[in-house]
Amino acid sequence: MAEATANGLGQHALHAGHAHEAPAAAAHADVHQEHPIKLYLVVWAWLFILSTCSYLVDYFGLHGYLRWSLILIFMILKAGLIVAVFMHMAWERLALAYAIILPPILVLVFVTMMIFEADYTLFTRLAFFGSGP
Amino acid sequence: MAETLTHIGQTEPRPTGWEGIAADWSSDQRAFKNVSWGKAMMWIFLLSDTFIFGCFLLSYMTARISTRVPWPNPSEVFALRIGGSDIPLILIAIMTFVLISSSGTMAMAVNFGYRRDRRKTAILMLLTAALGATFVGMQAFEWTKLITEGVRPWGNPWGAAQFGSSFFMITGFHGTHVTIGVIFLIIVARKVWRGDFDTGRRGFFTSRTGRYENVEIMGLYWHFVDLVWVFIFAFFYLW
Repeated sequence: MAEATANGLGQHALHAGHAHEAPAAAAHADVHQEHPIKLYLVVWAWLFILSTCSYLVDYFGLHGYLRWSLILIFMILKAGLIVAVFMHMAWERLALAYAIILPPILVLVFVTMMIFEADYTLFTRLAFFGSGP
Repeated sequence: MAETLTHIGQTEPRPTGWEGIAADWSSDQRAFKNVSWGKAMMWIFLLSDTFIFGCFLLSYMTARISTRVPWPNPSEVFALRIGGSDIPLILIAIMTFVLISSSGTMAMAVNFGYRRDRRKTAILMLLTAALGATFVGMQAFEWTKLITEGVRPWGNPWGAAQFGSSFFMITGFHGTHVTIGVIFLIIVARKVWRGDFDTGRRGFFTSRTGRYENVEIMGLYWHFVDLVWVFIFAFFYLW
């Protein structure tokens, strides 16, 4: 919430630094997200760069662990930028951020389970169907 | 609203960090202190939608790991012939840039909304809707191309039969989300243009007056659609 200032005409602190604590916000019922336009343009540019990078991974035909790790790194960076800046999660209170961001991470447990399950399915297919479907 | 009201009417600053999480959730009041109900509910809806797309991507992963037949190479399947040479995945790359650009214009629309710049907000929202519609159009082109090439939910000419069902399920659901988002954007843009959030005009469905925060809530949905595409692009098209 460091950068969130109270809504009002002329209060859109274009000069607002990142460490700008806004005591004025306390006086208002709603705290609105106002940040300089430049911040969005910078993030936009970064999203373009990261997308180009992940496209180039395919274009140059990298494969194996290099390909997969690069894909995941670019994906996580892009997702992080979108959630943190575009969706303003970086300025929300932690009670909301943790309530929204922690549950999807638990999906990784499900992923692990399904990797074991899929490997087992593949094993039974290989063992019992030979070269069949 | 960065302060807590005590029983004697004095205000004290809210704790931050872990202490803040414990205090907010155990306060016997609402847990999301400075977030309106509309925004909190949109976040919770997006969380549930995350699980839906999570399950789709999980089932795709399971199908792809467990099949014995080679998976069709998306780099070749989604290549386009431009100027006599095949460019891998080019249409998908363009779609990615279109959707990211729409997210950028949406973020700026939210910003101008809070500055009460009605005109710029509405124009940027309509631009976002136009980019979203372009994305859906390109997706329709992609579907048409794949269907004429013989991709069906039960089979395709290049390999594992599950490719078609995963593809139509995942991109179809995402495209539906984009389409609903475009409609939603046009409705909110019209309200902004008409000045509903300045004059306090009541909505026809809810009979409630809106605020410029509605633009931000709309933005949350739109950025989520872009976010899902980041994961689909990585796992379905690039993997």
